[in-house]
Parts: sequence; structure tokens; C-alpha cells
Amino acid sequence: MLPLSSTIEFSAGAEFGIAVLLGLGFGGALERAGFGSARKLTAVFYLYDLAVVKVMFTAVVTAMAGLFTLSAMGVMDMSALYVEPTHLLAQGLGGLLFGSGFLVGGYCPGTSMAAVASGRKDGLVFAMGMLAGVWAYAQFTPQLDQWYRDTALGEVTMPALSGVGMGWWTLLFLAALALAGWGLRWVEQRHVGLRAPG
Amino acid sequence: MSSANNSPGQPRPHLNPYAAGVLLGLVLLATYAITGRGLGATAGFAAVATWLTALVSPAAVAASAVHLKYWNDGAPLLNWTLFLLLGAFIGAALSAWQAGRFRIGIERGPNISDRQRLMLAFLGGFLAACGAKLAKGCTSGQALTGSSILNAGSLVFLLAVFVAGFGLAQFVRKEWL
Repeated sequence: MLPLSSTIEFSAGAEFGIAVLLGLGFGGALERAGFGSARKLTAVFYLYDLAVVKVMFTAVVTAMAGLFTLSAMGVMDMSALYVEPTHLLAQGLGGLLFGSGFLVGGYCPGTSMAAVASGRKDGLVFAMGMLAGVWAYAQFTPQLDQWYRDTALGEVTMPALSGVGMGWWTLLFLAALALAGWGLRWVEQRHVGLRAPG
Repeated sequence: MSSANNSPGQPRPHLNPYAAGVLLGLVLLATYAITGRGLGATAGFAAVATWLTALVSPAAVAASAVHLKYWNDGAPLLNWTLFLLLGAFIGAALSAWQAGRFRIGIERGPNISDRQRLMLAFLGGFLAACGAKLAKGCTSGQALTGSSILNAGSLVFLLAVFVAGFGLAQFVRKEWL
């Protein structure tokens, strides 16, 4: 029965070994996609290269379809999976801040690792900025965590909210992804002039 | 790119984005299937920040509930997400090296200086970290992991990220184009 963590008690060493192995795939996939490059990542905001949308959308739909299929087969216990409590204000404001940082900094936390591994000095400086940011949060605004816990809505998923099952949502996302392919290419072609030569 | 390419020849083209997305999605699915949680990244940075803070001032760690969350009984570096980041670093390094994409340099548009770009990279990292802490996750923990399980808050986060990115893009055009 999956997840394995609900039936097997991993030793600390095994857990860290698993983390490194999954990380290899994580970092490898990001680098293969070209996400060790700030210009490739920020190109999404200028519409001439939408690889960020394509990769993220496909990854989300792949994992969603996998989770649904495993759960429908009775192999995966969805209720054992961790769902971060929803807090609309925190996620809205946090998302706006995060998006600004992504645009200005050129990376996100995970892709900054791929950038450093590819030799990008700006990736390293972004990671140092990240470190300063998480430190500042812990140092100066630790009470925000308590505020989040006290005022969060709890676990809110779209199937629970809408009454429409995960299978239908998965189908909807799959259909949207299939249609998006054309739309994304059309948008890219209209902004191709912004692409840097070479 | 401001520096010379260290690898001989041209770097190989990137993987088709839809194929890369399937790959990333399978890694995410495997993470869920093994650990019951998805991917993350910011927590690894938080663990390092708490470790560094303790080196300078253990009292500062004791005074913050957020530091204490990552304190792990005095071993903040034994953090699952930090090991995930270590793996990600190695995986990306192998991939970049194999594809001839490793090069020491600074990524920026042609209209700003290296120095300006590095200052903006630091500022961006700082802002992204604050946003990720407030929202309880970043592109990995919320946008990918949460969205795939249809977490409403994660979808709000994802939407807000793109609203900010598209909304501000014209103001920092000089940095990238």
C-alpha cells in the first residue's frame, strides 16, 4: 500500500538516501528542461518561451493522473498524503511576493540549485538572498506562523470544495493541457522577436 | 552570458518541455508514493539559516518558533528537504555536464551590468524566500506538489505568482531583454 511511509518505518539513513535519490531526478529534470538558466525561466513573463508553463503544467497533470490512477486501483491511500492547510490571504500575498522575487531574481528555490550546479553566479547570489530571506522571516516575523495556523481554512481541495471527484478534475486538466499546446505555441510565435539571438 | 563557455562545442538542446514535464511529474509522483509528502525546496534553506543562526547566537534560535521548527534537537542540517536539495544539485550538475551546459557566468539581458544583475538576484531571492515562507511553500511545495493534489490554496498561490510576474515584467524589462 502506498505511500510507503504509512506502512514502513524508514531509518533516518534510509530517509536521507531516498531524499538524495529523488533529488537526483528532481534536479536532473529541471536542468534537462533548461531551468538552470534565468533567461529561460523569466522568458515566460515576456511570452516568447513558455517552457515554464509547459513543464509545470505537464508535471502537475502527470502527477495528478498518477495519483488518481493509483488511488482508483486501490494502491494509493490518498487520505495518507499530506495536504498543506489552505490560507487564502497567506497564499495570495505570498504568491505575489514570490512571483516578484522569481521575476526579479530570475530563479525559484529549486531551480537556483540547478543554476548553481550549472555554474551560474547569479544563481548562487539568488540562493544567498533566499537564505537571508528565510533567516529574516524566522528572526523578525516568527509570529506569522502562529497567525497562519490560527486563521487557516484547513485542508481544502478542489474535489472537496466542488463535490466533483478527482477523476473529473484530472480529465479536465488533461483536456486543458492538450488544448493549451496550440495556444501556447501561438503566443510564443507572436513574441518570437524578443528571443535573444544565439 | 558574460563569460566564455568552458565546455568544448555547442551545448545540446534542452529536452522537449512536455517530456521534461512528464519526467518532473513522475519524480513528484514517486516522492508522494514513497514519503506521503511531495517535493519542497524552501525548507532546506530554512534549515541552513537556523544552523547558521545557532553558530552565532543560540539564544536567537530559542527565541523564534520558526527557528525551533527547524532546530531538530540540535541537528538542523539533518533535514529531509536539504538532502533533497543536495540530490537536486548533484542531479543538475551531472545533467548540465553531460549536455555541455556547464559554464561559469552571469545570466542577464544585454542592457544591465553584472553588478546590477547580482544585486537584483539577491533582492529577488530575498523576496521569493519571504513569499514562500508566508505562503508555506514555493514553486516546488505549493505550485507543483499542492496543485497536483488539487489543493485550493496551492492553485491560488500559482495564480498569484503569475499575476505578479506578468504584472511587473515590463518594469524590469531592462534586466532580461
